[in-house]
Amino acid sequence: MKFIIFILLWTISNLANALEPMPPKISDTLEQRVKPCIICHGDEDRAGRDAYYPRIAGKPAGYLFNQLRNFRDGQRYYQAMAILLENMSDDYLLEIAHYFSFLKYPYPQPTANTLSPGETQAVETLIHSGDPDRDIPACSACHGKALTGTKPFIPSLLGLPHAYLAAQFGGWRNGGIMRGQTPDCMSEIANKMTQEEVNALAMWLPTQPVTGESAEAEELPPELVQRCQTILSGEGFIQ
Amino acid sequence: MKLSNEFKFAGKRQMIVFAASLLLPLSVIAASQSPTPDAEQVKRGEYLSRAANCMGCHTTRGGEPYAGGRTLKTPFGEFVTPNITPDDETGLGRWNNEDFWQALHSGKARDGSYLYPVFPYTEYTKITREDADAMFAYLRSLKPVAQTNPPHKINSPYDNQFLLFLWRTWYFKEGVYEPDNSKSEEWNRGNYLVQGLGHCNACHTPRNVWGATQDSKLAGGEIMGTYWYAPSLISPLEAGVGEWSTGEIVKLLSTGINEHAVTSGPMATIVRQSLQYLSPEDMRAMAVYLQSIGEKRNGNEAPKKIPPMPERVSKYLALGKPVYEKHCQGCHGESGEGVPGIYPPLAGNRNVTMTSPHNTIRSVLYGGFPPVTAGNPRPYGMPPFQHIIRDNEIAWVVSYIRNTWGNLGSLVSPEEVDNSRGNEF
Ligand code: HEC
Ligand code: HEC
Ligand code: HEC
Ligand code: HEC
Ligand code: HEC
Repeated sequence: MKFIIFILLWTISNLANALEPMPPKISDTLEQRVKPCIICHGDEDRAGRDAYYPRIAGKPAGYLFNQLRNFRDGQRYYQAMAILLENMSDDYLLEIAHYFSFLKYPYPQPTANTLSPGETQAVETLIHSGDPDRDIPACSACHGKALTGTKPFIPSLLGLPHAYLAAQFGGWRNGGIMRGQTPDCMSEIANKMTQEEVNALAMWLPTQPVTGESAEAEELPPELVQRCQTILSGEGFIQ
Repeated sequence: MKLSNEFKFAGKRQMIVFAASLLLPLSVIAASQSPTPDAEQVKRGEYLSRAANCMGCHTTRGGEPYAGGRTLKTPFGEFVTPNITPDDETGLGRWNNEDFWQALHSGKARDGSYLYPVFPYTEYTKITREDADAMFAYLRSLKPVAQTNPPHKINSPYDNQFLLFLWRTWYFKEGVYEPDNSKSEEWNRGNYLVQGLGHCNACHTPRNVWGATQDSKLAGGEIMGTYWYAPSLISPLEAGVGEWSTGEIVKLLSTGINEHAVTSGPMATIVRQSLQYLSPEDMRAMAVYLQSIGEKRNGNEAPKKIPPMPERVSKYLALGKPVYEKHCQGCHGESGEGVPGIYPPLAGNRNVTMTSPHNTIRSVLYGGFPPVTAGNPRPYGMPPFQHIIRDNEIAWVVSYIRNTWGNLGSLVSPEEVDNSRGNEF
């Protein structure tokens, strides 16, 4: 008898439990908090869906922090992100920037190079030697020998989709409020190149495999640091 | 006696020096411990300006605080907020207390011309002279910023002072808040905060075609020029809080989220920019007032009967279920119960069941994070779905959540989804 009552009570309490909905299990992590970002910046291969979404995982934290503030403050424009960031504090953006800088996602496969040997040659010269006549420094002087960026404010040039690269150059060259306080060193450089050079760069960069570590800030030549003052001062950034 | 003798000899002058030497250290201490009345006034002015959220409108995104330049879109044209830093040429540098009072209380510019009621002087007129003076003292203490802002782009015929004059005669009632002595001091304070400084009416009251807020104060309305509906603060079917405890009201308005609800869009911005800075006493007073104006559902009323569903309708709703299970359930739960303080419940959520489906559609299209506040510094977010699922799927899932778990609301069509698109960004 006792046993039957026990069973009865047990099933009743279980039934009660079953009626009480089980709330989803939510972990107290940043990963859970920034779920909305992963929809567009996740590790799945997005090339098929929308080649435009840039990679943010593993980019230098200072760079990410600057961009997040730019989007929030209307100094870089993308509606979906402006809405998400509207009511965020600097502190929270800094934490989010650090989170993504530590994330390691596999890089996409390099694309095939469709440029002619002459065009390829010209792009490589621009990247590794620049063009002193037009006051264009080598891309590698700022973005690092391996082009994988210089910590903490200069991003990698590799592993970015072609459409995204083309849009960034377009933004810098067409002026307007593209990023932060324009003009800055990068918008000046983009404006000194020809449209053909820009097209070729956006084609060539995705053909390169991503290898090598990003450079350290001390390796930057002082005159280039001077040139990028507005970006490299990174006000409010904490390592 | 020795002492009195000595005093006799002490001349008047020495007495004064003696007294002064006693007082001097005191006054030094006073100066270093409590700020001069002026600094006190400036500090109060800063607090009041927060409560009135002057900075929210008079600062453009990422721009210098109070230097203006923000564009406010309305059906009457685009208004650009002026620079109210104390710069002589481009701001309020040459203004005095009287000029400022005339603007805030009477809605007139320094030259006497009428200001447009996009500047909510229709509510600020309730602010007391003392508070206005403190706010002006604060604005004068700011760093002057030389910034000339572009002119308004007002649609004809609204760019007409005579029309504004007529409008004011009909719709503008000038006057400082008058306390209701039959109510408690706390209630009156809350009323002053809601109707005056907080200018909640500017969004939460329906407007007529002339852009005037109507008599039905705080009864809910579409915000002009945005795509948001600011729900009624009276009706228990919308955002009336007559059935909530003051603690729950305080929590929502000061942190941006509580167990029942979450603030989004323009309301999230108000919480971040303004309400989170209110003192606990003021926040409570506001809650007491809001609670008192919120209607209660009739206790004896039978629970809402869900009418039998025509087959056509239940078929339509069935389309939304798989969308919900795939994209929403992970956060909002199997039965729409949400996670308290993290993900809002959808079951029994008035924002979801409200007559206007606008806000719900917008949440699904654009996603969002509750505001970052001291009480909720690291909020969890909702993804935007406009890129992920098509308009008809959004219509299905919104119809589904409006009509499941005891919720009851109208069905939503893909056209309505499309009509809710657009914003100020
Ligand atoms: C709807 C898709 C979408 C969502 C959701 C989204 N982003 Fe983005 N994000 C983009 C796109 C597209 C760009 C490129 C915008 C441009 O053209 O400048 C971008 C750019 C960025 C960049 C700059 C990348 C660079 O290399 O310069 C950062 C950083 C970033 N997003 C972070 C975030 C974070 C953090 C979140 C979540 C709070 C988020 N994004 C949510 C689509 C999205
Ligand atoms: C003087 C230093 C400097 C030089 C030289 C330079 N860059 Fe940059 N570049 C920067 C900085 C700084 C940024 C970050 C911009 C920002 O924070 O908005 C940047 C950003 C970029 C980005 C954006 C990457 C992203 O993830 O959004 C691209 C693309 C780029 N540079 C390409 C180039 C190319 C190609 C060259 C050579 C022609 C070049 N840069 C030369 C400093 C430099
Ligand atoms: C909802 C947005 C909004 C809010 C909130 C707001 N203002 Fe304004 N304000 C405006 C607009 C728009 C104008 C321009 C009106 C016009 O030109 O007719 C204006 C005009 C003014 C003016 C007249 C300036 C001049 O040059 O004539 C003053 C002074 C002013 N606001 C002060 C304040 C103060 C103080 C607060 C807070 C108590 C405040 N505003 C809150 C939108 C706002
Ligand atoms: C700029 C326009 C604006 C102003 C000013 C404003 N609100 Fe709101 N409010 C909204 C909108 C839009 C919503 C609907 C979105 C939401 O639910 O958060 C809302 C929602 C609310 C809700 C319901 C929140 C929920 O989810 O249940 C409350 C309560 C509220 N407001 C109170 C106030 C009070 C009190 C004030 C004045 C101190 C105020 N609002 C001022 C626009 C505004
Ligand atoms: C990653 C977690 C997550 C997912 C997935 C998610 N939501 Fe949300 N949802 C949230 C958060 C967080 C908020 C509060 C957002 C805010 O304050 O702007 C929210 C808010 C809402 C609101 C507004 C509630 C209110 O009280 O104003 C609705 C409606 C909503 N979600 C519906 C949905 C639907 C429908 C889906 C699936 C298509 C979905 N959500 C998917 C996290 C999520």
